[in-house]
Amino acid sequence: MDFALSEEHRLVQQTARDFATREILPVASRLDAEHRFPAEIVRGLAELGLMGVMVPEEYGGAGMDNVAYVLAMEEVARACASTAAILSVNNSLVCDPILRYGTEPQKRRYLPVLASGREIGCYCLTEPQAGSDAASLQTTGRLDGDSWVLNGTKVFVTNAREAWVFIVYARTEPEPGARGISAFIVERDHPGISVGKVERKMGLLASSTCEVLLQDCRVPRDNLLGAPGEGFKVALSTLDGGRIGIAAQAVGIARAALEESVAYARERRQFGRPIAEFQAIQWKIADMATRIDAARLLTLRAAWLRDQGKRCTAEASMAKLFASETAMFAAHQGVQIFGGYGYIKDYPVERYFRDAKITEIYEGTSEIQRLVIARNLLA
Amino acid sequence: MDVVVCVKQVPDTEQPIRVRPDGGGVEEQGLNWILNYYDEHAVEEALRVREKHGGTVTVVCVGPARATEALRTALAMGADEAVHVQDPALDGADHLGVARVLAETIRQLRYDLVLCGRLATDDNASVVGPALAEYLGLPQATAISRLDISDGVAAVEREVEGGVEVLQVPLPAVFTVERTINEPRYPTLPGIMKAKRKEIRTLGLRDLGLEPGQVGAEAARVRYSRFDPPPRREAGRVVTPDSPEEGARLIAQFLQETAKVL
Ligand SMILES: Cc1cc2nc3c(=O)[nH]c(=O)nc-3n(C[C@H](O)[C@H](O)[C@H](O)COP(=O)(O)OP(=O)(O)OC[C@H]3O[C@@H](n4cnc5c(N)ncnc54)[C@H](O)[C@@H]3O)c2cc1C
Repeated sequence: MDFALSEEHRLVQQTARDFATREILPVASRLDAEHRFPAEIVRGLAELGLMGVMVPEEYGGAGMDNVAYVLAMEEVARACASTAAILSVNNSLVCDPILRYGTEPQKRRYLPVLASGREIGCYCLTEPQAGSDAASLQTTGRLDGDSWVLNGTKVFVTNAREAWVFIVYARTEPEPGARGISAFIVERDHPGISVGKVERKMGLLASSTCEVLLQDCRVPRDNLLGAPGEGFKVALSTLDGGRIGIAAQAVGIARAALEESVAYARERRQFGRPIAEFQAIQWKIADMATRIDAARLLTLRAAWLRDQGKRCTAEASMAKLFASETAMFAAHQGVQIFGGYGYIKDYPVERYFRDAKITEIYEGTSEIQRLVIARNLLA
Repeated sequence: MDVVVCVKQVPDTEQPIRVRPDGGGVEEQGLNWILNYYDEHAVEEALRVREKHGGTVTVVCVGPARATEALRTALAMGADEAVHVQDPALDGADHLGVARVLAETIRQLRYDLVLCGRLATDDNASVVGPALAEYLGLPQATAISRLDISDGVAAVEREVEGGVEVLQVPLPAVFTVERTINEPRYPTLPGIMKAKRKEIRTLGLRDLGLEPGQVGAEAARVRYSRFDPPPRREAGRVVTPDSPEEGARLIAQFLQETAKVL
């Protein structure tokens, strides 16, 4: 047993921390206020190699592992949760399935562009009538000559407004449920795909969340990702990795809340002394720190398992469940420690509170994570 | 143009630094160690010299085993080679001892230029660079904010009170750099992977023909007697005057009698 990070992992952590602290932190609040996509920061992250952390060097990626990825995600999320969401979708939900299930020509066409940040990708699974029950999706795909024709509506697609690559799940066989779903790689320039409504949200305001419309959308036959009918398997194995990334994002948000709370508790004086001297505040800080550490360890373990090529579905769910609830807890306590100032936009904990909530919802709600964990024990 | 850069690993000052209860130093447990910021700028400048004039960049560090990571950071930024001098006999060496070890190390390397940070953020001494130049018998300029090289001569600028000093220095020379000299690049992930595959050469005092008595604790002319934490910041005092005049009078009185700054 050895809890120390390797030298290269520490370097990744340090470089991500330095970049996040110097380039992202100073503008995070403004990006949130202006609902602005951080294009320049994404370019910077791409230069560091963070848009394709696990993409092998031969496809223009950094050739590193899940542990490196979660370390970097935590640092980015600590500065700006929106930027972390953008990063997470590109790495976990777009590059990863192309790498695992893509054909050689698909890898050559898409990975270098995505890993270099020249273009970004998005992941279109959720539909108006198919959220937690993603296997009930209704978007259809049918083969017509040399193309697939896709029809349907996707919702809540992160990055869609800026994306070039869309990973789209559609039903290609008449069978209901998980069987009969296939995955596709759709490009923005393919005819029949368009981005609809851009949602107005509670948090994650610098990242776009959009409707994606497929109206007789034609994609080349070769743009099927994985085998026909294998799409749900692609979706689920992709989500194992995605959830580990979201867990790291949640740890980052929670840590930001803790760091701000510690600094504020030392400075803020009431009843003649810093509020840090009140036990009620100390206990909050102790609980935040303890849960954050536990969440980080669960996240690193899940990442490590995935790096070993081991099955990690339950562990990824545990990390995501615990870390997202920790983010919510820490943001909640953070606002409380700041008192009235915690409710005011001039202080960052207000943003953490809004940003933390999404981690309990996307890539599987907390209820769904519990279901996955329980099923693993009871099935 | 072969450039040697001297680097030091220091505690990250973004984190709280605690003095050990016995006053003998800082608590090392739990510290985050990083490449000294000023040295980051020195590495960056060396890389720019290489990009412009060709040649190599070699980073050198005198320090304990953990300091390898500072060298690895410099390699990840793009340095070609790294030399790490570590020897138990260097425990308790002072700045002059370290400068002498660096000098002997650099004598074994090919160099046209030696760069150091203006200071290390742990002890703020600004001694090693100038002392190194003396040991090597080379010209030097400290705290430079600009470096241009042509025909074996360096034009350097130093920010001085009320202006900029421009110097022409024949190479080889030793320069210590100010943070305004450049904006250092971040080590990239592919850079980190490449650095991982590079070998860091480790040397001891014997490899340099030095005796512990010449550079170690025995030779140190500076010994730390005690470390004290900075005094706790006192709470501010709030005055509640009845009129602006009264307020001004109270503040003036405070500045004169209590703070004694007027
Ligand atoms: C900001 C944002 C970004 C998103 N990004 C993406 C994206 O990039 N791509 C994408 O495909 N999707 C994305 N989503 C969609 C997200 O993954 C879904 O919202 C989520 O999976 C939940 O689905 P739903 O909203 O339909 O809720 P529902 O499934 O309708 O759930 C409603 C409630 O019922 C509970 N529930 C449902 N089923 C069960 C059950 N079996 N047992 C117990 N409780 C249950 C849920 O936990 C929840 O509390 C995003 C959503 C948001 C808000």
